[in-house]
Amino acid sequence: MKQTITQKILANHCGKKEVQPGEFIEANVDVALSNDITSPLAIQQFREVGIKSIYDKNKVVIVLDHFTPNKDIKSAEQCKFVRNFAHEQKLKHFFDCGNVGIEHVLLPEQGIVLPGQVIIGADSHTCTYGALGAFSSGVGSTDLASVWARGKVWLKVPETMKFVFKGKRKKWVYGKDFILYTIGKIGVDGANYKSMEFAGDATRFLSVAQRLTMCNMAIEAGGKNGIIEPDELTMKYIKPKLKGRKINLFKSDADAQYCDIMEFDVSKIDPQVSLPHLPENSKSVKEVKNITIDQSVIGSCTNGHLEDLEIAARVLKGKKVHPYVRLLIFPATPLIYQQAMKKGYMDIFMKAGAIINPPTCGPCLGGHLGILTKGERCIATTNRNFVGRMGDLESEVYLSNPAVAAASAIKGKITSPEEV
Amino acid sequence: MEIKGKALKYRDNINTDEIIPAKFLNIRSEEELGRHCMEGIDLLFNSKVRKGDVIVAGRNFGCGSSREHAPVSIKAAGISCVIAESFARIFFRNAINIGLPIIELKDSSKKISENDILEVNLEKGKIINHSKNNEEYTFFAFPEFLKNIINTGGLIPYIKADINKKGVKTK
Repeated sequence: MKQTITQKILANHCGKKEVQPGEFIEANVDVALSNDITSPLAIQQFREVGIKSIYDKNKVVIVLDHFTPNKDIKSAEQCKFVRNFAHEQKLKHFFDCGNVGIEHVLLPEQGIVLPGQVIIGADSHTCTYGALGAFSSGVGSTDLASVWARGKVWLKVPETMKFVFKGKRKKWVYGKDFILYTIGKIGVDGANYKSMEFAGDATRFLSVAQRLTMCNMAIEAGGKNGIIEPDELTMKYIKPKLKGRKINLFKSDADAQYCDIMEFDVSKIDPQVSLPHLPENSKSVKEVKNITIDQSVIGSCTNGHLEDLEIAARVLKGKKVHPYVRLLIFPATPLIYQQAMKKGYMDIFMKAGAIINPPTCGPCLGGHLGILTKGERCIATTNRNFVGRMGDLESEVYLSNPAVAAASAIKGKITSPEEV
Repeated sequence: MEIKGKALKYRDNINTDEIIPAKFLNIRSEEELGRHCMEGIDLLFNSKVRKGDVIVAGRNFGCGSSREHAPVSIKAAGISCVIAESFARIFFRNAINIGLPIIELKDSSKKISENDILEVNLEKGKIINHSKNNEEYTFFAFPEFLKNIINTGGLIPYIKADINKKGVKTK
């Protein structure tokens, strides 16, 4: 007893009855993920180990999503290097060409990540999958190479901070606003090394997509993992994807130990905007006045879900993007792209004057398809607004939910969706 | 290992986009990554850094993305160790895994000034500041589990040793 969901999953994966915060363990890994940026270094390190084959070709997942479609010759070379490795290792889940989607939206959609699993990814936003009730955490390339070799990862069992969201959220407030608000309260290292467990009725009322958005940004407070106990909604989402596979559902004990418990009344939270240059600089959109923008980005592993596009379409329907603003839309996966077309969102976006891009991380990390120059400003549904994140060191990124990003694109300045 | 060099100071929350901007993530060569180290925050870093120098920062050093290119570029630039009040967790892991010494030191930013000459003894957990009348700062050594990884030379040699011990066939 007295175990959090995170402790229970970790104990289950290292053959123990229970584990304690601070304990070092080696956990078995169910899914090991990487991308075109982090795989090349991992492949070099893996070769160094001297083993020929990865531990399980069904459990290693590679998605070429960051600098694709190849943004330059060096990126093309990187992708080729990774592609050769993926083919050589006969990976079951290798996403290339027309199958590429943004990894943290793609893996849940494809049913590759499931409740109760331990998922390790060489990408910091791997913490996303905790929304399904899994332990999921980001590592670097060498860690990943060692997982490829042995199917295990070393972990220090984290303490858990619990965040209880209560009350009824206002219109135009989403999971993104919950998490930006939380990071604003605890700071970008407020949960360093710790597990962030999201609970409360207001969390339960969020869709799976919005829960994924919340857990996605646990890393922006330094969190080791973000996690939400699986419930009926989770099961409704997971069931059609199970295809006979068994899953373990874990819940925190009523007397589980938390190093901190914080309660937030979401009825008092407005749509949030995080000002440059840290995600912790979050404010109500109403307090952000006269900030003109050059670009608005709707997409990324944080907010590229179908539901995010639906929210943006609701704001943009029958409206025009400000003539001085570039509105860039990135559906996160090919399936979402198709669904958005069928539902007419793409039509709304194009009539509004938006630019539709392929599923890719694109400008979020300053890769391609929407890089900013000196003095330019962008509002984005992405996850980081660090100095130079989207381009020039003297450009600026403001973080928000899709409704605020869409409304701002119409007005040409940061605007609440209520005002369009 | 003897560590001696001058301190190059940075603020709190230095993120991995500042250590190595994403535009360089299509590079695999360690040497080349080293040439672009800290380019997101300090364009003069490369002209200042000499082999053996020490980065001294505040809280949450290395926050942001999981890119191992960050500690790799720091190591390749010739930095012998990084001292900070705290490290972001993925950076912490990556540094240990690739064999870049990192030290958590309380009030690091207050104790150490830019260009101070520092001597670091990792085994004894001691830093001597030669520019401040040989002031001594002590820091906690790593837990046993991490020491084993560090002493074996990083994660890859560590798991190689483990695999050989268990008799798994390597090529």
